[in-house]
Amino acid sequence: MMESFTALHGLVAPLDRANVDTDQIIPKQFLKSIKRTGFGANLFDAWRYLDEGRPAKSDAGRPLNPDFVLNQPRYQGASILLARKNFGCGSSREHAPWALAEYGFRALIAPSYADIFFNNCCKNGLLPVTLTEAEVDRLFHEVAAFPGFRLVVDLEKQTVATPDGGKVMRFDIDPFRKYCLVNGLDDIGLTLRHADKIRAFEERRRFEQPWLFG
Amino acid sequence: MIARTLYDKLWESHTVHVEEDGTTLLYVDRHLVHEVTSPQAFEGMRLARRKPWRVSANLAVADHNVPTTDRSGGIADPVSRLQVDTLDRNCEEHGIVEFRMNDARQGIVHVIGPEQGATLPGMTVVCGDSHTSTHGAFACLAFGIGTSEVEHVLSTQCLLAKKMKNMLVRIEGPLARGVTAKDVALAVIGRIGIAGGTGCTIEYAGGTVRSLTLEGRMTLCNMSIEAGARAGLVAVDEATLAYLKGRPFAPRGELWDRAVAHWRTLKSDPEAKFDREVAIDARSVKPQVTWGTSPEMVVTVDERVPDPDREKDAIRREGMERALTYMGLKPNTPMTDIRIDKVFIGSCTNSRIEDLRAAAAIVRGRRLASNIRLAMVVPGSGLVKAQAEHEGLDRIFKDAGFEWREPGCSMCLGMNADRLEPGERCASTSNRNFEGRQGTGGRTHLVSPEMAAAAAIAGHFVDVRRWR
Repeated sequence: MMESFTALHGLVAPLDRANVDTDQIIPKQFLKSIKRTGFGANLFDAWRYLDEGRPAKSDAGRPLNPDFVLNQPRYQGASILLARKNFGCGSSREHAPWALAEYGFRALIAPSYADIFFNNCCKNGLLPVTLTEAEVDRLFHEVAAFPGFRLVVDLEKQTVATPDGGKVMRFDIDPFRKYCLVNGLDDIGLTLRHADKIRAFEERRRFEQPWLFG
Repeated sequence: MIARTLYDKLWESHTVHVEEDGTTLLYVDRHLVHEVTSPQAFEGMRLARRKPWRVSANLAVADHNVPTTDRSGGIADPVSRLQVDTLDRNCEEHGIVEFRMNDARQGIVHVIGPEQGATLPGMTVVCGDSHTSTHGAFACLAFGIGTSEVEHVLSTQCLLAKKMKNMLVRIEGPLARGVTAKDVALAVIGRIGIAGGTGCTIEYAGGTVRSLTLEGRMTLCNMSIEAGARAGLVAVDEATLAYLKGRPFAPRGELWDRAVAHWRTLKSDPEAKFDREVAIDARSVKPQVTWGTSPEMVVTVDERVPDPDREKDAIRREGMERALTYMGLKPNTPMTDIRIDKVFIGSCTNSRIEDLRAAAAIVRGRRLASNIRLAMVVPGSGLVKAQAEHEGLDRIFKDAGFEWREPGCSMCLGMNADRLEPGERCASTSNRNFEGRQGTGGRTHLVSPEMAAAAAIAGHFVDVRRWR
């Protein structure tokens, strides 16, 4: 079971650059782990720290890069990451959403995402919200202008709103993804409800294209 | 009957079940497994007390972490070693076929699949690696997945997916001498951008694609993900069949004939409609060199480093400025003035025998330039390496001063010991020039094998069309 996602009221942190790739989100040296946890401290490692991060070493006491946005005091505790287009491009590493989630993010807001990354987020209860470029642009201005800027992301209503409800933006999501996220469902369990169908499909395929089953 | 694209045909023939919103349960014929993205999936399966649905659909190999130097003593780095040992243990526990590190067939997962005939036309092929798009060169639907999906495939032999849009990239005309599939791939990315294919499956068609070898088609499909497309496709033709015949996992005898009859249908219908079409004139494609930190930041070798001052879009301009700072480059510098420190010939993009032959032809009888600190050739598999040695290519490289290594992903992403030091500049035949990709602070320029070889000899980028 993954954590279910209904509504989130959270502090917003802005990462104002386009095409942030998964190599930046979690650099390769941390992919050597055989666990699903322990990636949060190395999220955006090369941007966040001034020295080079090493796997299986403590990150305590490493020098932080004061210019990196997530190191600024006003964004501590952020649970919503505001990003630019094509966020999460590149490698298929699911360590990227694992790192984002473990750091504390529960939702992302961007004009677009890379396909594999988008999928990987949904499998981990990390909601990738897609808004228009204009809406995202406006949010970047508001985050910069108002310290402590928060948003309410409501998956059931499919809206992003300012806490006072003054501004409400709608977003789309596939109904099936929404169903899985809202209920925190393990989709392997859901798929196995169709085990008979899979078996029947497989048998027909084995008969028609036996060379695939050598 | 409605005209269908190759992608439509592959999608429909693997559909097991469709949810109301179109989410589809898609059957997976071949699952390729490597050490980096699988341990958590095996662990998840164990915790849920599940077993692999169809063991024989899986083929495993360790490639990302393996050393490319002498392996007789095992892996020195304990963290890398644990990951490779974990793959060995998981495969042994479940009876999954694995080519272990010292097996002659070991290599980069996207090289060995086709090499073994484990990748066949009409299949769905998935792997926890974004460059799975490579296999689409064989008219199979092949795409990268995350670790949760690896577990899903292991446990159910299916994936939940939404159908992508159909995009056609038609490439016509002859390629000039010294212009390769890699240059075409980079030119396509330069044209449509790194998100240009997002949400699409790209089919590559046209006379130029037909004239490419399967190795070249793999290079082209490999880079689809760098244009945002999870999958690239090329239709079956005689070259596809000739490549596959006699491969260890390919069908034989009567089954081969039956398979071929089916495979010949694996092409888009003439009237099929694509959601988007892009036309490329191969005659206009020149050798490409990336200058920035994204594969779309690419120019031709006879051009100069772009000037951000000429970019009107503010977000793009900032991205260019940041990239130039990271790359240590000044606007308007001729690309051929850029001097390099290291050369990497390898990766799932360009480490096949054809790539090594092409690079060796440039290098033959010459020596590395004095400013080159390291030039390495990393064959894509043990079998590629053996073939190259049989042809004497290793001698050509070694005589020139290159290091001749063992197969693996190596300095494409530097998960093993092969990496750039901060500030080092590399001519690389790999696929990603992201910040830190080849080592923290390293500066990557993506090029073809010929261009990398020529840069190693000259010490800076040169137009390989004028070589010799």
